[in-house]
Amino acid sequence: MHITKETLDAQAKELLEQLKDKTLSPRDRAQIPLQEMPSQAPEVRVCNMEEVALGYTDNQVRVEAMRCLQCKNEPCIAGCPVSINIPAFIAEAAKGNYGKSVEIIKESSLLPSICGRVCPQEAQCQKFCTVGKMHKDVEQSVSIGRIERYVADYAREHDLEKVPHIKSDSGRKVAVVGSGPASISAAADLRREGHSVVMFEALHKAGGVLVYGIPEFRLPKKIVEHELQNLKDMGVEIRPNYLVGKTRKITDLMERDGFDAVFVGSGAGLPKFLGIEGENYVGVFSANEYLTRSNLMKAYAVGKSRTPLYQSKKVAVFGGGNVAMDAARTAKRLGAEEVVVVYRRTELEMPARREEVNHAKEEGIKFLFLHSPLKITADEKGRVNGVELITCELGEPDASGRRRPVEIPGSEKIFDFDTAIIAIGNDSNPLIKATTDGIEVNRRGNFIVNEETCETTLRGVYAGGDIVLGAATVILAMGQGRKAAKAMNAYLEDLA
Amino acid sequence: MNKILAKQRLSKEVFRMEIEAPEIAEARKPGQFIILQMGGEFGERIPLTIANADPVKGSITLIFQAVGETTHRLALLEIGDAIENLLGPLGKPTDIKKYGKVVCVGGGIGVAPLFPIVEGMKKAGNEVTVIMGARTKELLIMEEEMRETADEVIVVTDDGTYGRKALVTVPLKEICEEDKPDCVVIIGPPVMMKFAALTTKPYGIHTIVSLNTIMIDGTGMCGGCRVTIGGETKFVCVDGPEFDGHLVDWDNMLLRLGTYKSEEAEAHHRCHIGLNINEGEA
Repeated sequence: MHITKETLDAQAKELLEQLKDKTLSPRDRAQIPLQEMPSQAPEVRVCNMEEVALGYTDNQVRVEAMRCLQCKNEPCIAGCPVSINIPAFIAEAAKGNYGKSVEIIKESSLLPSICGRVCPQEAQCQKFCTVGKMHKDVEQSVSIGRIERYVADYAREHDLEKVPHIKSDSGRKVAVVGSGPASISAAADLRREGHSVVMFEALHKAGGVLVYGIPEFRLPKKIVEHELQNLKDMGVEIRPNYLVGKTRKITDLMERDGFDAVFVGSGAGLPKFLGIEGENYVGVFSANEYLTRSNLMKAYAVGKSRTPLYQSKKVAVFGGGNVAMDAARTAKRLGAEEVVVVYRRTELEMPARREEVNHAKEEGIKFLFLHSPLKITADEKGRVNGVELITCELGEPDASGRRRPVEIPGSEKIFDFDTAIIAIGNDSNPLIKATTDGIEVNRRGNFIVNEETCETTLRGVYAGGDIVLGAATVILAMGQGRKAAKAMNAYLEDLA
Repeated sequence: MNKILAKQRLSKEVFRMEIEAPEIAEARKPGQFIILQMGGEFGERIPLTIANADPVKGSITLIFQAVGETTHRLALLEIGDAIENLLGPLGKPTDIKKYGKVVCVGGGIGVAPLFPIVEGMKKAGNEVTVIMGARTKELLIMEEEMRETADEVIVVTDDGTYGRKALVTVPLKEICEEDKPDCVVIIGPPVMMKFAALTTKPYGIHTIVSLNTIMIDGTGMCGGCRVTIGGETKFVCVDGPEFDGHLVDWDNMLLRLGTYKSEEAEAHHRCHIGLNINEGEA
């Protein structure tokens, strides 16, 4: 089943030879087979933390780029939250002009190596691709994300990136709270206008969810470090170990430290728990804790890392999103014999990306659909030894449009597990709200902002990303960061 | 940043360090703590209570016991060395106000974080009695400071080498019976806090404890430090570290503290060998 990178490359090379110098009609282009992403063999990758998807080869990216029809109406662009000129960068990639290609992307998106990897393209740009429509299958769309990833990696590895032009010093000072994707985008756009920008991060490493949440095997941390280095090269100051709200309040940053405006991108980092009996037993973790230990603290490097890991044999992961997939696949790599994703709906309703679910399945992760946890049981030492699950069936659609799981009375059963990981979502970080008068939030704790400008109810304070949207995606956070920065640049210019 | 300005060995395993940290020194209130990380990218994050602060000098004081790998590494730092990462102040401050008669109970290293609370309670106009206990005389710290600050100090040791030979719960019970205090603050090893809280419970005395659970980030994003308080799940790092001692599910907390016992025992052994420190000599 698994095809090696060498084979995929040889196939692409042969195709490229055949297609060379031919005039291709849109129909011909749509018939070019989709290029599979080379990946590490499943049995190998479950024993390491290295990236699973290896990236296209040069031959593959050229072939895949030829599948693009260069549609005049550019439907893909409308699906991209930051409106990257997709046909233009793909046309350059098809010609092998990777430096030019990445320049086009960078006009709209600052983190193509990251977004090419972690965006749910099937629900964004690739959803609207004409090639996918011709095949009546979104999975046959042009692999925009994989091409984006290739050209961005190429530019990074061949030192083709330029430090963006920075305007002369505006004399204005901006604080950026948090260092995740929303903050990175905002900081770069603010800095470009010549403002001095200080980014405050609570953890000892910057990057937000890109460093503590998304595992190494999906997003290598050296890529995140590289992007942050770009930001530093632009002159953005990054201050780790600084918890805005505790080390200093937002209002103090403005009134005492002379910041003219503040962007808050503090994210949705408050884990939800189940509220069931036994959830505080030993061996129950929030996915945030589990992933933070492994990713940020590198607990996977056993013997090197000082942060210990819980030794698990049989792990239950509750939830059906990307975080659940990341936690399950991490548990497998950390040595668990059996990992079961327990989800209360069916595979169809899972919010996780198709690709991640497939990868998880290839790695031997099991799935138990239509089951919901009722109680966690433990031995006399308080260590988890089982989970009581109840079977569900799907009822009427709920507010999210997905069919609501309905528990079937009498179907309760205890399953053996020694570890339970809870990945049922996060709420907005409550710290800024709790320490800042004048910032209004909605009932879910998300900041209320002006939709056009991202300004909060406190003048001069803007917000974007998960703190506004609730737990969403990297690219949506980036889009908000850019939108806020645009409005902030205008605000700062108008300041007398 | 975070340079060590002063270092002192208070007992065999207990060290006092004054560290440059101007912003933390300015913002911090009694009861709050910091998280530190050191030893390169594989170093763990550990919480330590802020024992004192000097906003003018821009420094904070930490008093810690070398019990595990990270605290051992910390103990090996000298004046002029810097701690790589220091985050704070974290957690909610102690609810310091005029209660009337306050009893502050400190066990072992818990005497250090108790001290700023004793000071604060005294300043707020309370009559403060301190009960401080240690396993043995050599492990007793900060007696002088306590005597200078509190109205009364009762010292107990487990082995009777100094003060009364008793656990802290013995004089605590006597005080509860003789003249019922208005508030009791307890900081120390979890088992001590459990039994001290159980001692005040029958008398219905308002009892504050400062919990010391396992933590990773210390900012509320993981729940590794969670405890059950009155049947509800709370995060020690943001909802605490102080809670009503009569509402804490102590047994669950003690179980959770043992989560990594075997891994930690191994690391403890490793650090004594690796760092050339003899057992019991920090």
